[in-house]
Amino acid sequence: MSATSEILPLDAPRLLTATPVLQMESVSRRFGDVVALEDVSATVYPGEVLGIMGESGSGKSTLLRLMNLEDSPDKGDYRLDIPGAAGNLFDLDRYGRRMLRARHIGIVYQNPHLGLLMRNSSSGNVAERLLIAGERRFSELRARAGDALAASEFPLERMDAPPIELSGGMQQRVQLAKAIALEPVLLLLDEPTTGLDVSVQALVLDTLKRLQRDRAITMVLVSHDLGVIRTMADRVMVMRRGRVVEEGLADQIFQDPQHEYTQALVHAKL
Amino acid sequence: MTALSELTRPWAAMSYGFLDASAKREMRRKMLKAIAVPGCQMVYASREVPMARGWGTGGLQVTLTLVNPASVVKVIDQGADDSVNAVSIRKFLARVSGARETWDTLEATILQSRHRIPEELMREDQILVLQVPNPEPLRPVEPNMSVAREMHADADYGRLWLILYEQMVRSGRIMQGAAYPSLVNGRHVITPSPIPRWDVPKLHMAHHLTFLSAGREKRIFAVPPFTSVEPLVFSDVPYKVEEHGDLTCHRSGVKGYFMNEIPQDDGSSAFELSDSNLGIKAIQARDGEPVKIGETWYNSGAMQ
Repeated sequence: MSATSEILPLDAPRLLTATPVLQMESVSRRFGDVVALEDVSATVYPGEVLGIMGESGSGKSTLLRLMNLEDSPDKGDYRLDIPGAAGNLFDLDRYGRRMLRARHIGIVYQNPHLGLLMRNSSSGNVAERLLIAGERRFSELRARAGDALAASEFPLERMDAPPIELSGGMQQRVQLAKAIALEPVLLLLDEPTTGLDVSVQALVLDTLKRLQRDRAITMVLVSHDLGVIRTMADRVMVMRRGRVVEEGLADQIFQDPQHEYTQALVHAKL
Repeated sequence: MTALSELTRPWAAMSYGFLDASAKREMRRKMLKAIAVPGCQMVYASREVPMARGWGTGGLQVTLTLVNPASVVKVIDQGADDSVNAVSIRKFLARVSGARETWDTLEATILQSRHRIPEELMREDQILVLQVPNPEPLRPVEPNMSVAREMHADADYGRLWLILYEQMVRSGRIMQGAAYPSLVNGRHVITPSPIPRWDVPKLHMAHHLTFLSAGREKRIFAVPPFTSVEPLVFSDVPYKVEEHGDLTCHRSGVKGYFMNEIPQDDGSSAFELSDSNLGIKAIQARDGEPVKIGETWYNSGAMQ
């Protein structure tokens, strides 16, 4: 075996030569006596969508919060393929984390109240992210906020309406526009379609797929909805009680699940 | 029987300026820290003074710490020397310190002000004390003050521009009238008390020292002499002061300064100089009385 092939992900043939965008090694997180994550590792390659699925309390959202540097683990190593971001990102101080998050990571929360200023304009919500990154030209803020909203298929005639006046689907589109405004290297999606009706869910997923196709955005998608994971993900990680019980290509996981928990999940859904 | 008074020395004030020595010492320390880190809010104990919180107790404590019998004190309230609040504070300062009172900006060594900076240029040997109701510029965007402190530490002021963005979107122009957020020395954003936009440029590279103190909120910050004070602006939307340059004072006849609007019975408006003492001087000069009018920051409505 050559030196190169030793580091290749066998389950991601189309990404054979790529350097991982995200590498997380042996991450553990406890809340008191509760083990939220135990020795979890994850790797995400450029342009890939990693789906993380599991029942409630399996540690999906805790893992996503760690990927977004909103929390610190008890142990573990986290690296992103970003210029100037060498070393374990968990060692960054609050300012370093905030800067990295603001410039390189986008996130869409299940609850839009977590990600949006509900009484500011929708374009203002997108502009906020640009402002944190240092953009100070009003005309540029307007143009770039409009571009991001348009890319999220948000109707531009409503770009100055506050999210509180919008439907759930529209609020998710504003969140999405905010998340992609700075063209992040990593887009984190925490149950982005939960709580939306099926037709709106399909529209939001279509938008995500188009963005992923057109911009090759690397995404980590957390959902307990297997249909959403199946639609979106290239690779899937199945979690249970803070541990990864199975990982593989989406087709493998859904057509030939190996772990009994995955089998139960897949068959329960299908 | 020997009276107690025969055994003791005659009564003498051990400290002037109302505040006790330890209170003044604390204030001096905090004032020095505020000068050392321009624009950074310093916490202080904020003693009780014979005035209700919210009526200038912060400014009063700074002035009481600075004042001495050789001081010359001017107090203005929205530009006026003769308002009840200004007169009360000035009389109190003179009574407890022995300082001389004045209405003349050029004479004053300490100038306490509510919401205005005089139109005449202040000098290096003068100190301006501004009363501040709300010292925290981030309060409108971050109600949690612990988080606001972190935002100051990180110079995370993006959301202040977001306020301006929202105003531009909704009204087509910046609507922030008073307390315009401004960056001091390229590092800390302050709310420069509710002085009008007209007065903010006067703080930039000013020759005098400015203290801004909020008694109710127990915060003090400073703009040392020759320090940059830059209003937050978009690079393609320039900062604008109120359009008062063409207004004429109906009492003194001067124009080119910040004016108060006086509604008239017929629905129209008359205007008079907000800096009342400059107005008095202008009238005296017009009447041929000997009076010295100093250089002003603005000339014909344009910043010098």
